[in-house]
Amino acid sequence: MAQNGKANGKRKAKLAAVWVGKKLKRKEDPRLIQGTSHYTDDLKLPRMLYCAFTRSPMAHAEISAIRTDAARALPGVVGVYTSEDLTGLGMVPCAIQMPGLNVPPHPVLATERVRYLGEPVAAVVAEDFYTARDAAEMIEVDYEPLPVVVNMEKALEKDSPVIHQHFKTNRAFTHALKNGDIQSAFKKADRVVKQRMVNQRLAPMAMEPRAVLAEYLPGENRLTVWSATQIPHLLRTQISVMVGLPETAVRVIAPEVGGGFGSKLNVYREEGLVPWLAMKLGRPVKWAETRRENITSTIHGRDTINHLELALKKDGKILGLRVRILADMGAYHQLLTPLIPQLTALMQAGCYKIPAIDIEIQGVFTNKMSTDAYRGAGRPEATYNIERIMGVAAHELGMDPAEFRLKNFPQPKEFPFTTVTGLVYDSAKYQESIKRALELSGYDSLRRRQKNGWKNGKYYGVGVSTYVEICAIGPSAATPAGGWESGTVRIEPTGKVTVLTGASPHGQGQETTFAQLIADELGIDPEDVNVIHGDTLAVPYGIGTFGSRATAVGGTAAYLATQKLKTKMVTLAAHLLGTKPPDITFGRGRLSAKGGKKSISFGELVMAAYTARNIPRGFEPGLEATHFFEPSNFTFPFGAHIASVEVDPETGEVKVDKYVAVDDCGNVINPMLVDGQIHGGIAQGMGQAMWEELIYNDEGQIVNGTLMDYALPKAHLLPDFTLDRTVTPTPVNPMGVKGVGEAGTIASTPCMVNAVCDALSPLGIKHIDMPLKPERVWSAMQQAQAAAKLEPQSAHKPLSSRASRGNSVSRKVARSNT
Amino acid sequence: MIPANFDYESPRTLSEALDLLASHEEAKILAGGHSLLPAMKLRLAAPSIVVDLGRIAGLNHIRQSGDQIVIGAMTPHADVASSKILHDSCPLLAQAASQIGDIQVRNRGTIGGSLAAAHPAADYPAAVLALDAEIVAISRSGERTIPATRFFTGMFTTELRPDEIITEVRLPRTEGQSVAYKKFHHPASGYAVVGVAVRLKRAGTKIESAAVGITGVGHIAYRATAVENALGGKNTAAIVEAAAHAAEGVEVLSDYYASADYRRHLATVFTRRALEQAVGT
Repeated sequence: MAQNGKANGKRKAKLAAVWVGKKLKRKEDPRLIQGTSHYTDDLKLPRMLYCAFTRSPMAHAEISAIRTDAARALPGVVGVYTSEDLTGLGMVPCAIQMPGLNVPPHPVLATERVRYLGEPVAAVVAEDFYTARDAAEMIEVDYEPLPVVVNMEKALEKDSPVIHQHFKTNRAFTHALKNGDIQSAFKKADRVVKQRMVNQRLAPMAMEPRAVLAEYLPGENRLTVWSATQIPHLLRTQISVMVGLPETAVRVIAPEVGGGFGSKLNVYREEGLVPWLAMKLGRPVKWAETRRENITSTIHGRDTINHLELALKKDGKILGLRVRILADMGAYHQLLTPLIPQLTALMQAGCYKIPAIDIEIQGVFTNKMSTDAYRGAGRPEATYNIERIMGVAAHELGMDPAEFRLKNFPQPKEFPFTTVTGLVYDSAKYQESIKRALELSGYDSLRRRQKNGWKNGKYYGVGVSTYVEICAIGPSAATPAGGWESGTVRIEPTGKVTVLTGASPHGQGQETTFAQLIADELGIDPEDVNVIHGDTLAVPYGIGTFGSRATAVGGTAAYLATQKLKTKMVTLAAHLLGTKPPDITFGRGRLSAKGGKKSISFGELVMAAYTARNIPRGFEPGLEATHFFEPSNFTFPFGAHIASVEVDPETGEVKVDKYVAVDDCGNVINPMLVDGQIHGGIAQGMGQAMWEELIYNDEGQIVNGTLMDYALPKAHLLPDFTLDRTVTPTPVNPMGVKGVGEAGTIASTPCMVNAVCDALSPLGIKHIDMPLKPERVWSAMQQAQAAAKLEPQSAHKPLSSRASRGNSVSRKVARSNT
Repeated sequence: MIPANFDYESPRTLSEALDLLASHEEAKILAGGHSLLPAMKLRLAAPSIVVDLGRIAGLNHIRQSGDQIVIGAMTPHADVASSKILHDSCPLLAQAASQIGDIQVRNRGTIGGSLAAAHPAADYPAAVLALDAEIVAISRSGERTIPATRFFTGMFTTELRPDEIITEVRLPRTEGQSVAYKKFHHPASGYAVVGVAVRLKRAGTKIESAAVGITGVGHIAYRATAVENALGGKNTAAIVEAAAHAAEGVEVLSDYYASADYRRHLATVFTRRALEQAVGT
């Protein structure tokens, strides 16, 4: 891998990178693999009680009566609670403020009405888990069914039932983003390409469901909450507001957290109620979500309906883009629900120069669980929209999809590049990544295979997708709760190093990557660096891990804290060695004075800082520094993915032949972890394209709400991935790192759909909505074939000529690359 | 995901198990647990007592017995899939077993449990139907042999009485016959959206008789007699036409993953593919 960039160069001048860039095995793994560590549900406290919920079996109903007598009478039941009992407990928060946003009251237990399947109506606390569950089943609730609203388009019709009556509409908000002269763009266009696309609802499905354990010690007035969360500090603030304790009395601990994908970047009803119950009962209370609850009552992702119109010159130059989006909020707003589609708007231009854009989004309430951040959070939707309409347009123009994209990329010299949506992309070489992907995939031979296949009734297709995403979230001005991150580095008297990060991970491996980073800065071993996170009592206030921000923002905070320490150590070394700070060289394990004759070991120097018997005047003893890093901009990783697929014309099954991903996340700290993120991301994105969809029927019931029905991507369903990287460091942080947690998910979804639609293009098939399950593909083929029989001349001709043009283009691309 | 309260017994002998069944009306038998435990966790099943057969000796075996192969009811799918005896003498069942669920399911799930559960999309039913297998069940009133073709009576229901336990499955040896199991997997459950087991007796390209078992398509696995009749006495060239009868007379299932029309179409495609594989074309 190329090592370049100003930031890296600067660090090299001080101390050579020994650990950064190494495929170090994760420090976290032994304890996780051996099962010797603890997730929230593994924790047991003395006198602990268990909580279970009675949840609504209906999507929309008036609650006419709740009978809890039988449940209360069950031996072992300590308490049964309905909304009337929850005095002093606040509402579930939504952090988003925007003009005209309808924010419905979001009580912890349903009052009067239930508005989605799985909405909690009553809570039971019992001596054991089973009794709690049994009692929850014994609570009888009388529901008067109300008309159910599940379809967004119908929800906006005038005669639709209204979910929150006081708003008199199911519209949660309207958001517009317009720039450039869209009218004239469409007037000047040689061609306008239109497509409606549905981005289906998904369940984030973290391996570990949610869990909350709370203990309140009245004497100390201390509430401790263990929660499977991505944001312990933000959660602490919200819990203190919800239960009415000073924030200083609340401690939140995120122990091991088994994945989140955004679903634990939230504040849930249970995170308010369980602490409230612990305070009320004076005993620890634990609730652990079941998988079924996880599917009905943890946030969902995506669920948007998108209308796209792309105005083009006949040479393939984009003139303008018009986008209309309906975004399903679900029944209530969770922490960031209305924000997600706005991220879609910001990123809607993708990696293209688009002179004019006109985006309008409507947020819509339905009788479903709330949507919120799910891996990519708005960017997969944006990328799917732009990359799919690019795919459709390439076919309509008869242009090779790679050539079409190359024609519309900004040039590397144009960076920082201001997009039509108002973002400033930091750095990129889109041309380089797509050319590398074309090379790696053997693009020409794929196109040859396609052409021959088409002649023989085989439907082989090649999907191209480029992407740019928004990471390192982010400058505080652009975020609802602060976009900075904290990092504390403490060199202990024995020379071992403790790093405290506010970017609490849930599987990303910060304990390893931050150790690599800090070890290089201090010239020590990563083994001697211990990274602590996820405890608000130990770690200074932080924001959390989401939006591919942990390394770029949290890592930078720790890096900058380390620079403060190094300055201090150099000062002390100069004092002890009788020279001036500029004459000190910070080496591996030793600091030396100019000339190299006098030096002091790292250990001796650290001890001297603590014994403090011989320190310069005004020198602060100890070696600890904290930095709160506020980034000046987001970062914008990018890349190009290519997939080739073959569709079985008899069954509609899609077989992935090749998958090539060239990603650029700036400088890389641990290539193995970056590859892991890309692998998981591609799998998850492919999951959306091919298999996953959470289906609510017209009654608001989830018809595939178990893992026997909801199809997650599984290893045996996936092809081998061919990965490569280009390295374009960001100027936004001194390490030149951009972020990689969501890239795979963002790129692979449109790539797969582009590939399948490309395979089926001889049939005149323009678009198929996700997931591309066999029946859907087969039906589209049946319909297209039936249509072709009516109009025998329709599809074939332009496509075969397009394919040959595709070949010549890719040859040209490959040549220009060598 | 938390079952209702139940008692648990793990008898050491069949006779103890039969006593438990006879004395508890609400008893359920636990074999590999892959059907019963999920149902209990979802509280779709709430037996008063679970009788675990796992510690009873002599129910886990695959052996030859004259013209038959006998498989103990507690034999896991993985053993069936890898059995040399079956590969040599009755490969159809091994093929079907190798396509059940995933590795974990195959290591735990048992042939007796799967047959007794009678899931409409399970793999074994298609195979035992095509093989004209026999299912041996025992109760305190004695042992009886139930032909596979009479065993499945409806969705999740069988000929078994509540006091009976399957002890073994008897299969014919099929050396010299042409067999195949072809399956369209559900991506989440691994169950058969359509699964087709075929067994042909033939002389060269002439098919003397055909047995075709189909699972996943209807409420119950069935013998596709219309396909069999269209093949009997015909040349292998009749396969394509015969396969079109795969779902004839069947009330075809429809769900969010596969509509009735699509399933019917898949039944034809997979019947043809299974027949083609069996005859080696």
